[in-house]
Amino acid sequence: MSVMESVSAPGRGLPADLWRASAARSSVELKSFFRNRQSLVFTLFFPVILLVVFGAIFTGKVQGTETDFKQVFMAGIVAAGVMSTAFSGLAINIAIERDTGLISRLAMTPMPKAAYFIGKLVKVVVTTVVEMALLLGIAVTAFGLPLPGTAQRWFTLAWVLTLGTVTCALTGIAYSAAIPNSRSAAAIVTPVFMVLQFISGVFYPFHQLPAWMQTTAALFPVKWMAQGFRAVFLPDSFTVVEPAGGWELGRVALVLGLWAVGGLLLTALTFGWRSARVR
Amino acid sequence: MASAAAENDPVAVTGLSKRYGEHTVLTDLSLRVHPGEVFALLGPNGAGKTTTVEILTGVRRRSGGDVQVLGQDPARDPREWRARIGVVSQSTGAYPDLTVGEVVRQFAAMYPRPLPPTQVLDMVGLGPYEKKRTTELSGGQQRRLDVAVGVVGDPELIFLDEPTTGLDPVARREAWELVRFFSGRGRTTVLTTHYLDEAETLATRVGVIAGGRLVACGPPGELGGRETTPATVSFRRSESLAGRDLPDLPRGAVLEPGPAGAGDPVTVLTSEPTQLVSLLGAWAGTELPDLTVHRLTLEEIYLNLIDRHREQPEGNR
Repeated sequence: MSVMESVSAPGRGLPADLWRASAARSSVELKSFFRNRQSLVFTLFFPVILLVVFGAIFTGKVQGTETDFKQVFMAGIVAAGVMSTAFSGLAINIAIERDTGLISRLAMTPMPKAAYFIGKLVKVVVTTVVEMALLLGIAVTAFGLPLPGTAQRWFTLAWVLTLGTVTCALTGIAYSAAIPNSRSAAAIVTPVFMVLQFISGVFYPFHQLPAWMQTTAALFPVKWMAQGFRAVFLPDSFTVVEPAGGWELGRVALVLGLWAVGGLLLTALTFGWRSARVR
Repeated sequence: MASAAAENDPVAVTGLSKRYGEHTVLTDLSLRVHPGEVFALLGPNGAGKTTTVEILTGVRRRSGGDVQVLGQDPARDPREWRARIGVVSQSTGAYPDLTVGEVVRQFAAMYPRPLPPTQVLDMVGLGPYEKKRTTELSGGQQRRLDVAVGVVGDPELIFLDEPTTGLDPVARREAWELVRFFSGRGRTTVLTTHYLDEAETLATRVGVIAGGRLVACGPPGELGGRETTPATVSFRRSESLAGRDLPDLPRGAVLEPGPAGAGDPVTVLTSEPTQLVSLLGAWAGTELPDLTVHRLTLEEIYLNLIDRHREQPEGNR
């Protein structure tokens, strides 16, 4: 009887199913992203525009250090770039897919649910890497940002980038549950993105922000990503103005990791596979 | 406990109810769909057709009753069960930035034994559009893409919620061919429709939902006692037939009373219209003016049923 066959099948077939479904989702995700002008401009080029505009405006050294503020800003905008592709872009994208019924349609297939999230993660990782290449390429060639000088700094770049991307993606997926429909998506996502950039020391040296703002920012991941990227790109002498007196890389990993776990739990609890009105 | 017959029926629903707060959509709906049949659900807008389909496909939760689809409770929604059903829901999907072929291949990758995507595209008449962006398709073509996405997994049981709404007559017939293709493979189809010709042409059996319950169910030719309802034979008296008595009518035939002047209509209800017409022909000796033999159409049966049950939901409270 076919019922018995199909009941016993998944134990053996699951990994192959998951692989095939994830590959199909990833391929579709990447094609959709790079073919869509809106996502290219808003998600990919917005941080690039910020980099070029503010890179040309900011001059002078950070008070009490020998470091150009421009370089501090470059490290910050890299963090903003991760948040743009992995958090804002993803949360808006999921809201649109929920509205158009794609998510509920996928839920009507035997697709392993994980395949949807794996596809999102693949897209986010690829687009974030492209974003990094664009930002670093411009920062290094046009604004004289030095590339990391030691293997250790490259390693720090790799893990801060990876952990930051995963954290932003998981919180972005979780945050999409707060978006009622695709029309309001940008209005609900962008303010969070902008405010966190301002209070996390992207456009202004973090240590010069008011104490309450620093404390608030320390609760969110952007501040820690920016700090991690400062550890990659700025000389160690800059730590004299860091509020903690050092790069606090352990704490960077801890806070980002906590947010990743929180995002994962929230996603598991709140992610809706049906449209909002279905009961 | 389910009986042996119930285990073989792909869809077995007993006493299904659905409430949203105070609002009752379905009350005590029971129906069975047999293996290999095309079952059409008819009913006015808001009668609960889509709600029923959504409960059967595991999209909505029921408030009460017992539902078995391919031997499973749809509310449990196991993956191996999903692989065996195909759903074409009422809303049209949107796949911006992708081509028609990419969409169908994506969905094919989710199933253990899909049909070849190109074959499915040919079946729904989208073969020539494989490389087109979905945003370039017309509304009817997008609907056909929905159908392709719904059946690419080669399902054992297919749910089609108004699959031909918005299609032109040629595309509707292509959709019918698709239903016949799957029924020819021994697959079972449940479809909802507002087109009675569609139900009459495709369906093995038809169920009518009104007031939240199944008010009639049977082959389209027998629905609502259609096969036993007398035919209506009518004609007009010509000058030569004015005032003449009719011949002896077949047993059970009923003459509707009326004047017998020239130009007056004569109407007889009979279950043996062939015999009656030949009697009348011999009697008149000439052509009978405006002769018609009318049997109830599915549409008339349906409208009668709906009319009769219109007040029902209030009465049931």
